[in-house]
Amino acid sequence: MLDISNNLLSAKNINKSFGAVIAANDVNIDIQKGEKVSLIGSNGAGKTTFMNMVTGYLKPDTGNIYFKGEEITKLNPRIITQKGISRSFQIPQIFEPMSAWENLLVALGTSKQKNSFFKDARSKNNARYIDEMLERFSLNEFAHRQVSELPGGVRKLLDIAMALVRKPDILLLDEPTSGVGAEEKYPLMNTLAKALSGEDLTVIFVEHDMDIVQNYSDRIIAFYQGAVIADGNNQDVLNDKKVKEYVTGKTQVKAKS
Amino acid sequence: MLRNLLNNIIFQSVFLMTTLILMGIFIPNWLVFVVTKAIAYGLVGLGIITLMRGGLVSFGQGFVFGIGGYSAGLLGVHAGLTDAILLLFISFIVTGLVGLIIAPLLARYRDIFFAMLSLAFSMVLYGILIKIDAIGGSDGFVLPESTYFGIKPTTDYADYVLYVVSILVAGFVSILLRYYYNSTPGLIALAVRENELRVEYLGSSAFKVAVLNFTIAAGLGGMGGALNGIALGHIDPEFTYWTTSGEFVFISILAGYLSVPAVFLAALLLELVRSFSGRYFPDTWQLILGVFLILSIIFIPSGIGSFFKNFFDTFSKNKKS
Repeated sequence: MLDISNNLLSAKNINKSFGAVIAANDVNIDIQKGEKVSLIGSNGAGKTTFMNMVTGYLKPDTGNIYFKGEEITKLNPRIITQKGISRSFQIPQIFEPMSAWENLLVALGTSKQKNSFFKDARSKNNARYIDEMLERFSLNEFAHRQVSELPGGVRKLLDIAMALVRKPDILLLDEPTSGVGAEEKYPLMNTLAKALSGEDLTVIFVEHDMDIVQNYSDRIIAFYQGAVIADGNNQDVLNDKKVKEYVTGKTQVKAKS
Repeated sequence: MLRNLLNNIIFQSVFLMTTLILMGIFIPNWLVFVVTKAIAYGLVGLGIITLMRGGLVSFGQGFVFGIGGYSAGLLGVHAGLTDAILLLFISFIVTGLVGLIIAPLLARYRDIFFAMLSLAFSMVLYGILIKIDAIGGSDGFVLPESTYFGIKPTTDYADYVLYVVSILVAGFVSILLRYYYNSTPGLIALAVRENELRVEYLGSSAFKVAVLNFTIAAGLGGMGGALNGIALGHIDPEFTYWTTSGEFVFISILAGYLSVPAVFLAALLLELVRSFSGRYFPDTWQLILGVFLILSIIFIPSGIGSFFKNFFDTFSKNKKS
């Protein structure tokens, strides 16, 4: 019997291929409660595939995934979300014709066990909660604007806020700063960090910007060709020889200079 | 206070129903009949817009329209059940149950596959109905005259009484649907229409939304079929034919999915165009209808309902300011 009781999330011997492409190569990852973990690696290294397998969008070819000791390998995204794993997307998955306020209203509705067919969704209680969420993510000024008109960073924050409405145990963020201008990245991450502070939350995020990785995570897992090549605290992983060679490319840069 | 009252769904519906019932006293009998038929078609259209709000369109609502009509007719002929209100209710339940049974199959499909599968159901039913001589085959059969709580109205008032009943039924259904559309499940249905995957990732089932909406649409379609059968006093397999289903889609596109009253208005427009075109251009009325639909799509792509929504949105904004 596998001892996974101390881990919030455990991936054991995960393998996944798409034809000849190996997207996960014997991946073993244990995540503890409260950790802020970033997944790094070049494009196609297997970070998003790992995230998609944890959230049920993809099924591993072999291996198992456990959440709170319960196997979730074969569950679909809806059930996994209900169990306490939420995610945001690289390209924000929001409801375009609706306002930011309505997007959060949908998220709130989906988070409830039962919803009345005869009670207005825009009730005072719901409105109060959504206003609080908007405040928390500094989205107040965009509340009643159609989301298709909103700037990239705001859309990212809204996407994350929607994932958080359910009060998950684990929040997976797929490249929260991708597609966001360089000057917007830190304000966005600061807003996000502030919004998540005080939450008893485990955060796993995919990120390419190493400054952001160092500043906002306390553990880094590096992927290369579907395999985990380094896993540990920020300093150790970023100084790892393989990580420098295959992920950050700093060895190569130094060699050239 | 007056604005709150005017914004109230029940007040709006009761006001509209009362106005229409009073108007029925003064309008000619042929128009009373046309409005009753429009309500029958509008009920089916309401079902389709309920589906549309969840991102689905059925090309085969003739299936439930026919089942509803035949249920009412067969109960009238063979069980002696002639109470119109009871027949409408039973048809709603019967077709709702049929919808609930086939919905899990249909809800696995999306877009054109859903539409064509629903159409296939209606055509299979059409094929069966025209072959069963015991229920009139392709000629159908005549329904007994309707009663209301045991009272049979005189011929002069029969159409008007059915008109009143149809308005009350349509009003009641409209109130319930507007509550549903404004509720959290109604809002989630709209979200499914936009991004099904995200709804699943938020922890809700798009499949369940599709099953629920199809079941509602089936019930309403059946009720519409029963009302149409009672109004005509006759039922035949044409109820389930694909052109009939096409008319329901026409109504839904013309109305759009943003407003409930717009569906009945669209159905009334269809009936009026059909009546006038049939009278003055008997061989080309479909042409007129086609041109009418093209113009509607070009000039009001979101349907008549967008006018209603814009009006109420403006009204609400004025109220807030």
